[in-house]
Amino acid sequence: MKPADTLRFAMRAATGYPLRTFLMVLAMSIGVAAVVVLTALGDGARRYVVNEFSSLGSNLVIVLPGRSETGGFNPANAVTSTPRDLTVEDGQALTRASAVLRIAPITIGTSEAVFNGKLRDVTIVGTTADYLKLRRMDLAQGRFLPAGEPNAAVAVIGATIQRELFGAGSAIGKVLRIGDRRVRVIGVLGSTGQGLGMNADEVVILPVAVAQAMFDTNTLFRVLVEAKGRALIEQAKGQVADILKVRHDGEEDVTVITQDAVLATFDRILGTLTYGVAGIAAISLAVAGILVMNVMLVAVTQRTGEIGLLKALGAEGAAIRNAFLAEAALLSAAGAVAGYLLGQAGAFALRTAVRVLPAYPPDWAVAAALGTALVTGLLFGVMPANRAARLDPVQALMKH
Amino acid sequence: MSLIELSGIERIFKLGDSEVHALAQLDLAIGAGEYVAVMGQSGSGKSTLLNLLGLLDRPDAGTYRFEGRDVTTLSADEQARVRRERIGFVFQSFHLVPRLTAAENVALPLMLAGIEPAERGRRVDKALQDFGLANRADHRPDQLSGGQRQRVAIARATIMEPAVLLADEPTGNLDRATGEEVIRLLEGLNAGGVTLIMVTHDAALGARAGRRVVMQDGRKVEDGR
Repeated sequence: MKPADTLRFAMRAATGYPLRTFLMVLAMSIGVAAVVVLTALGDGARRYVVNEFSSLGSNLVIVLPGRSETGGFNPANAVTSTPRDLTVEDGQALTRASAVLRIAPITIGTSEAVFNGKLRDVTIVGTTADYLKLRRMDLAQGRFLPAGEPNAAVAVIGATIQRELFGAGSAIGKVLRIGDRRVRVIGVLGSTGQGLGMNADEVVILPVAVAQAMFDTNTLFRVLVEAKGRALIEQAKGQVADILKVRHDGEEDVTVITQDAVLATFDRILGTLTYGVAGIAAISLAVAGILVMNVMLVAVTQRTGEIGLLKALGAEGAAIRNAFLAEAALLSAAGAVAGYLLGQAGAFALRTAVRVLPAYPPDWAVAAALGTALVTGLLFGVMPANRAARLDPVQALMKH
Repeated sequence: MSLIELSGIERIFKLGDSEVHALAQLDLAIGAGEYVAVMGQSGSGKSTLLNLLGLLDRPDAGTYRFEGRDVTTLSADEQARVRRERIGFVFQSFHLVPRLTAAENVALPLMLAGIEPAERGRRVDKALQDFGLANRADHRPDQLSGGQRQRVAIARATIMEPAVLLADEPTGNLDRATGEEVIRLLEGLNAGGVTLIMVTHDAALGARAGRRVVMQDGRKVEDGR
């Protein structure tokens, strides 16, 4: 029997029982679709977080006040208190390090902004002129904070603040009241959207000294350091730690982390999550495989008379085994293709519903899902096919 | 040399503790081109004999020489090849594959033999023509009458031009007129040189055969022309 004939015969058998074939393909396609959609979700979450971190800027080294005992990134970093302040001067000193390109000190707080009777809660970021370049941000109008004037009464506002307080009119040159101070708006940031939960469109950026005075503090929330290149990140990290140790009387009371380390941690956690959901979804593929076996066993019983006839007509055992294997393979392949399309449609629906989530299934998951579907289908098809091939022709012919 | 030579054939079925001699001490020689009716009551062993002749079953003892070759010792796949090329089966219940058309059913043995589709189509068309089924080629079995179904089955049995045609009660599921038609068709094939061995319990039908073998309790009790 020629392979093309085996395939055609199996195809006729599959289409000869449409309901059974439809249900089988449905079961297999749900398994494949589950893997595709769930890995798309997991990988989408991973990409989302990685992108968010990347949008902080590149080649970043972040200095936090306080010492994390375990090292690395730790939620405790967010609430540490420190005996010695991380000051603007500390930040300034870091520019001397050979691997450091630029730095930006950051003080963060919330306050009220008032213009023309309109009041709004805003996030205040106190920083310096280099912040714009370091964060890779764009200005929509005006200019950014002037260099070397930490006490200037000026502000750069986010796109949302501009829209809500100034409406269609220009904000440049207007005087804004923030808390108990008056500042002149000199620039408006370009719209950037979300950035690690802090919406950059809703901030008011002030010179660092102004912000520190406003919140009555000497310590900084962070110092962002940009290394001169990707290869120099680790070197910059070491230099930053050394300089601050000297400035803080030999005590290591700051934590220096690299963006890469944070990224790698999230990448790992969410990557593992993706594998996890893929594994759970794969269970449905195994179930579908068992279903293939069941369906094929029923098919063998149902078509016992036909198998007897084929033997009487001179079909060898191999021809009958191949015909049933081909049928199992066709069912699985159809299920895999349908599931792939279904999964891609599901991922598309997910992306449409949650726009910020880049829910694309990773290639390995798609390949694994399709491969597993075909392999389980064939594997679970072997036993029924062998049973068919071994049937006694006389017994088989009597069942008609 | 006979086409078929059975000598000392035994076929024993075990039913629980008891043994049933379906065939016992059977010697039978059938020459090429003969028309043999195998007759007997149910349980006399005539179907077992037909299965054995068709290489669907193996004897427990004795030898079966087909066209001079001992076929009892062949492997299952070698026996399948002999069935495919030299033996045609016609069954009482037609045994057509319900999802395939008449033409596809007739083409089955050619497909199993790995013959090219073009050659297959040519031979199937001719066979359907010969058996008066040309306008039924694309009909499925459930769209055919009983007589047409048996004609499709006979076309299928003869498409490989076998040496012997084994028919098991070929008219059992047909009314008298259609049965008569089918028998004439089989006799026509026999007249063309094909050896015809037909199992039947219809005495009238048996009387038409050139030779009658009567079975009883697994033994040949009568063999005459």
